[in-house]
Amino acid sequence: MFNSFKKLTESLTKTKDNIFGKISHVVSRRKIDDELLEEIEEILIEADVGFSATMRIIDTVKEKAREQRLSDGEEVIELLKQEITEILVQDEHPLFKPGDHKPVVWLIVGVNGVGKTTTIGKLATYFSTQEQKKAMIAACDTFRAAAVDQVVIWAERAKVDIIRSQEGADPASVAFDATQAATARGVDILLVDTAGRLHTKANLMEELKKIRRVVQKANPQAPVYTKLIIDGSTGQNAISQVKVFTDAVGCDGIIVTKLDGTAKGGVMIAVAQELGTQVDFIGLGEKVEDLQRFDAATFAEALVK
Amino acid sequence: MFDNLSEKLDSVFKRLSGKGILSEKNIKDAMREVRQALLEADVNYKVARDFVKSVQAKAVGQEVLRSIDPGQQVVKIVHDELVALLGGTTAELTPIDRSPTIYMVCGLQGSGKTTLTGKLALWGRRKNKKPMVVAADIYRPAAVKQLKVVADQIDVPHFHIEGKTPPEICAAAVKHAKTNFIDLVILDTAGRLHIDQELMEELTQIKSQVQPHEILLVADAMTGQDAVNVADEFHKRLDVTGVVLSKLDGDARGGAALSIRQVTGCPIKLASVGEKPSDLEPFHPDRLASRILGMGDVVTLVEKAQESIDEEQAAKMQDKIFKAQFNFEDFLDQMAQLKKMGPLENLLQMIPGMGKALKGMTVDEKDMERMVAIIKSMTIEERRRPQLIDGSRKRRIAAGSGNSVQAVNQLLKQFFAMQKMFNQMGKKKMKGLPPGFNPF
Repeated sequence: MFNSFKKLTESLTKTKDNIFGKISHVVSRRKIDDELLEEIEEILIEADVGFSATMRIIDTVKEKAREQRLSDGEEVIELLKQEITEILVQDEHPLFKPGDHKPVVWLIVGVNGVGKTTTIGKLATYFSTQEQKKAMIAACDTFRAAAVDQVVIWAERAKVDIIRSQEGADPASVAFDATQAATARGVDILLVDTAGRLHTKANLMEELKKIRRVVQKANPQAPVYTKLIIDGSTGQNAISQVKVFTDAVGCDGIIVTKLDGTAKGGVMIAVAQELGTQVDFIGLGEKVEDLQRFDAATFAEALVK
Repeated sequence: MFDNLSEKLDSVFKRLSGKGILSEKNIKDAMREVRQALLEADVNYKVARDFVKSVQAKAVGQEVLRSIDPGQQVVKIVHDELVALLGGTTAELTPIDRSPTIYMVCGLQGSGKTTLTGKLALWGRRKNKKPMVVAADIYRPAAVKQLKVVADQIDVPHFHIEGKTPPEICAAAVKHAKTNFIDLVILDTAGRLHIDQELMEELTQIKSQVQPHEILLVADAMTGQDAVNVADEFHKRLDVTGVVLSKLDGDARGGAALSIRQVTGCPIKLASVGEKPSDLEPFHPDRLASRILGMGDVVTLVEKAQESIDEEQAAKMQDKIFKAQFNFEDFLDQMAQLKKMGPLENLLQMIPGMGKALKGMTVDEKDMERMVAIIKSMTIEERRRPQLIDGSRKRRIAAGSGNSVQAVNQLLKQFFAMQKMFNQMGKKKMKGLPPGFNPF
């Protein structure tokens, strides 16, 4: 636990220096007043926390500071941390439930270029090394040029089985075959890679629904979870993405990628505030072990430390 | 859920135009909402603040207070200011006038570089030039193959050398182009984080080795506040000559474009709007500003129409849309023409007022085919006067087209709703647009 916290703090150093670092900078030797709160508002908005979530955080901090008769600027940090955790905190959600039938199917979805395939490679490694599960990949992005080749390379690296077809094949048929194969081979978790699609394309969203239906048909007992991948540098459009994907195929969790840049991923807070969707993993770098379980308290702590 | 920026501003100005004359206070109220809308559209905090300040200063002037329709006047000021912020006039790509002319494509991972490279190659070929694409992404698994597949699809030569560094590959590609009569070399570089010193240095090396004539930064239209940092860093290193906004066909409000333009001063030259190689458009600041303000993008719509329809037909279509003299025969015509123009949902977004009207309504191409089948099962008389269609006619049409009566009902309902909407748009055209605003 301590190690993972350290890694998270380290990985978010750039983030921290850039924004929350600035919070600790602006609050030092200051009184809590409107001017200070406005500066914090600016920092939060520049972290993609979004207008309404930022307002909620600022209002709560203001209220609590008044109630508890706080005046020292530094005390704001603790209040911010509490409020961010409060928004992000979710029920306990283990990746595997005790009664789950095998295979558990994860439908990996998202808009173009968020890092679905890379994340699948990392997830496959995570499950086989960290959770001692037998993982398998279904290469259902049959649309984008060379997407299958890309995921095949990841499967080799993770040393897991992969079910594939040729480019242009019906992704649902690959998903069907993969689900049957996973069932037959006693796989614990099947990771289904899908083509990137903008959530505004109705027919592509229908295709996803079909993939989900077909997986269910191939094995009615298999629990199917949809995991939405979001690029950490995405702005408020992430809310629209979560909403539309949820409406189409459900969304049982979010994986936020590319948090090793200067993007702050604050939109996670906006999404949690608007829709209450939980974050499962965050991607903190290129390496396989840089994909980490998300923990709200640890995250808030690392951010405002 | 919050509304679109255009819808937000709509509601702000609806309130304003109701009041007749603008006071300093109600401009201030409106500007507060403009600022909030801009922030929700991912416009950078500081850019939004400056924007609001400058609009406010202009709006509180006497000219506005004395004008007859102050709400519209403010719409125009906001619109003009957005256009100015987005860069005024349309910026063109560096012409392909040397052989070889070199374009370098760079950006973050997943921003859409390889897709753009393919689109640029096709664009070059359509100008009767000989393009070649260069795979300089040696890091991501299967990236080289991806570009190869894209190049093969559009039948354009592909260049790559196994085992060389990206600067070496690019230098060799340019050398190869010189001896092989290639007019346009497009370098597809690997996606990289702007803070990755080593990889950013690699781009600098490529630049100094091949001296590209155009350095394009691809930016995802969905990017949040970080767009500013990314664009700034790439620009500092490379002196980017143009920005390409990708994934504009989503529902992102594209505030990143405003920020990038403001912070780097780089013109936004192209809009990449789909996954097909032909989905590339010049970026028009005035049109995006209009779209942001909910005035729709009629210019692009008409232009698209002109590409696939002859001019006379295009004028007719535009006329019909505004005059709302619209029956099922026209509907059928339009569908046939629209189909030539590309994905329907892209087109519909361009029509003023459609954003709101179509909320929650989805269009897909198969639905279109179903509609066509239903209409074709109507008699000519029914097509011209849809109000004739009663229960018994509906049953006949349903049977004839292999659909259910519900499907016929649904089409009729949609058609009447559309007629009504066009009717309103026609009226809006008369008084709804700001003075001096001419969409054509």
